[in-house]
Amino acid sequence: MSIMRHTESLILAVVSLRANLMRSILTTLGIIVGVASVIAVISIMQGFAHSITQQFENMGSNTVIVRPYVSFKDQLSGKTAQLTVNDLDAIGRYIEGIDIIIPAIDQRGVRLSYKGQNTTLQFVRGTVTGYDDMNNHYPENGRFMIPSDDAFSRKVIVLGADNRKDLDLPETPAGEYVQVNSQWYKVVGEMEKTDAFLGFSQDNVAFIPFQNAVAIMREQAQRNMFFMIKATNLDDSTVLIAQIERLLRKRHKIRKGDKDDFQIDTSEQLKEQFEGILDTMTLVVAAIVGVSLLVGGIGIMNIMLVSVTERTREIGICKALGATRSDILIQFLAEAVALCLLGGLVGIAIGFGLGKMVGALVPSLPEIVVPLWAILLSLGFSSAVGVLFGIVPASKAANLDPIQALHYE
Amino acid sequence: MSEGLISLSNVSRFYEMGGETIKALDGVDLTINKNEYVAVIGASGSGKSTMMNILGCLDKPTGGDYVLNGTAVSSMADNQLSSIRNKEIGFIFQSFNLLGRATALANVIQPLIYRGEGRRKRKQMAMDALERVGLKGREGHLPNQLSGGQRQRVAIARALVTNPTIILADEPTGNLDSSTTVEILALFDDLIKNGHTIIVVTHEHDIAQRCKRAITISDGKIISDKVK
Ligand SMILES: Nc1ncnc2c1ncn2[C@@H]1O[C@H](COP(=O)(O)OP(=O)(O)OP(=O)(O)O)[C@@H](O)[C@H]1O
Ligand SMILES: [Mg+2]
Repeated sequence: MSIMRHTESLILAVVSLRANLMRSILTTLGIIVGVASVIAVISIMQGFAHSITQQFENMGSNTVIVRPYVSFKDQLSGKTAQLTVNDLDAIGRYIEGIDIIIPAIDQRGVRLSYKGQNTTLQFVRGTVTGYDDMNNHYPENGRFMIPSDDAFSRKVIVLGADNRKDLDLPETPAGEYVQVNSQWYKVVGEMEKTDAFLGFSQDNVAFIPFQNAVAIMREQAQRNMFFMIKATNLDDSTVLIAQIERLLRKRHKIRKGDKDDFQIDTSEQLKEQFEGILDTMTLVVAAIVGVSLLVGGIGIMNIMLVSVTERTREIGICKALGATRSDILIQFLAEAVALCLLGGLVGIAIGFGLGKMVGALVPSLPEIVVPLWAILLSLGFSSAVGVLFGIVPASKAANLDPIQALHYE
Repeated sequence: MSEGLISLSNVSRFYEMGGETIKALDGVDLTINKNEYVAVIGASGSGKSTMMNILGCLDKPTGGDYVLNGTAVSSMADNQLSSIRNKEIGFIFQSFNLLGRATALANVIQPLIYRGEGRRKRKQMAMDALERVGLKGREGHLPNQLSGGQRQRVAIARALVTNPTIILADEPTGNLDSSTTVEILALFDDLIKNGHTIIVVTHEHDIAQRCKRAITISDGKIISDKVK
C-alpha cells in the first residue's frame, strides 16, 4: 500500500517537472555539466584505453623489453646509461628460455625527403629481421628487413603507413629512393597501418637496418639501444628477468646496493603502467565531477526551497486531506530526484555527443562507446545528489503546520 | 444524551502573543450526533474557525478532551491525526482550496491516494462523487477553468468521496453569489438526507435558518445552543 502511495508521488513529481520544464532544465545545469563531462571523458578515455590495450596485444604478452635507464635525478647530474651489442650477444648466449632477442635503436626527429617533399618522422627505428614477427606488424607491400640488409649495412628503408601520403610517393613505393637526413635509401617495403596510441598515429615512422642506425648515431647509439626479447615461456618471466638483471649488473660492473642502469619491463607491466596513468586521469576527472555535482546539488536545493515556499498552500491542502509527514517528504524527495535524473539524462546525451565529436575530430580514435556502467553510475550519482540536497527542502515541506500552510498567501 | 459522534469537554485553545494570552477557545463543551446539521455563528474573531480546526484535527487543543467517533484524538501524534483527517473528516473551505495544477478529477482522487485506494477504484469513486455534485463532464477541467460555484462543488465532492464521519464547512458560501449559495445549500440538504453529518460556520442568517441546530460563539465560549 505504501509503495503505491510512493509511485504516485513519483508520477506527481514528473507532472510537476513538466509544468516547469524550462526552469527544471536550468536548475539542473550543474548536474548536466557534471554528468556530460564525465560521460564525454569516460567515453574518450575508453577509446584511448582500448587503443593502448591493442598496442600491447600486438606486442604479445610474452615480450620482455630491456632499455638503458637513468633516474631523472641522475640525469640532471649528467649520468648516462647504455646498452651495447656485446650485452645483446651475452644475453642471447648465456640466458636460457629466450626464443628470440632483437636489438633496436630509435632516432627521433629524423627528416625524410622524396622529390622535394619533406616530413619529420617521429623516429627512425634501426632493427633487424624478426622485428615484424615479434610485434605482429608486417609490411603491407614489399618486404621487411632481411638478414643480409644488416650484414652489409644496406641502405634500405621500410616506410611506415603514413609516409606515402606525406611524401606523395607512388602507390607501391618499393624501388623509390628517399633521403634520410640527406643520405639516400632505397624503399623496399611499406608497413601496414597500426592502431593509434593515445590518439596519435603510430605510422609516422620508418625502419632501417640496425647497423645503419648504429653508424648514424655513433656514440648516441648505445644510449638509445633497447632489446626486445621473446621468452619461450612467460610463466617464469620473473626468473628470466632476474637472470638478465644479474648478467647485466655483472657486465656493467654495478656494485652491490647500487641501482641498475637499465630497466627490464614485460609488456604486461607496461600495460599496467599505462592503466595506472589512466586511473589517475579518472580520479582527476572524478574530482572535477564531484565539484560540479556539488554545485548542481546546491542549485537543486535552492530551487526546491523556492518550490516549497511557492506550494505552501498546496502542502497545507494535502495535509488537510490526510497526507502524512512522510507522504510530503517523499513527494518532494521524489521531485528532487526526478529533477536530478532529468539533468543526468540530458547530461548523458550531451556527453555522448561531445565524445562523438572528439571521436570525429581524432580519426585514429576507435568507435566512441559510452559504457553502461558509466551511464548507471551517472544516474546513480544524480539520484544521490537529489536525495542529499532534496532532504532539507523536503523536510521543510513535511514539517509545515497545516493551518499556517492553508492560510499562506 | 450519552456519547455522541463528536464530544468536546472543556476544550480550550490559547495563543501566547507577546506575553498576552489570547483565549481563542475557552472551555467549550459540545456534543454532536450523527446526521446532525449544525450551524456555528458568531462575530468575527469569536473563535469559530479555531473550533473547526480542532474538530477537524488540524489543530490540537491547549486543554480539554476531544473524542471523535469513539476515539480520543486530543492526545494523538501527527501521523495518527493525518490518518483521522483522511478517514473521518471532509473539509470545505471558504476559498475552495483546490490543487491548482490538478484537474477536478485529480483533486477528488487526492484523498483516496492517501488512503491507499486502488487506481481503478478511486477513479470510479471520484467520478461518482463528481456526479453527485452535478459536475459530470467537467472532470477534466482545471480549477481556473471552473466558476466559483463549480469549484466549491469539486471541493464538496472531494470532501464526500472518502465518506467521512463529519463534513466541516468554514464559510463555504462566503465567496459565492446568492444564487450559487442556494445551489450549494441544496446540495448540503441532500447530504443530510443521505445520512451525513455537517457542521457549517456561517455569517448568513438564511443558512443558519436551514440548520436544525445553531451554536453561537462569543469570545471563545458557546453562549447559546438552539435546537429547532
Ligand atoms: N495563529 C494564531 N495566533 C494568534 N492568535 C490567533 C491565531 N489564530 C487565531 N487567533 C486568534 O484567535 C481568535 C479566534 O480566531 P478565529 O479565526 O477562530 O475567529 P473566527 O471566529 O473564525 O473569525 P472570522 O469570522 O473572522 O473568520 C482571534 O482573536 C484570532 O486573532
Ligand atoms: Mg474564521
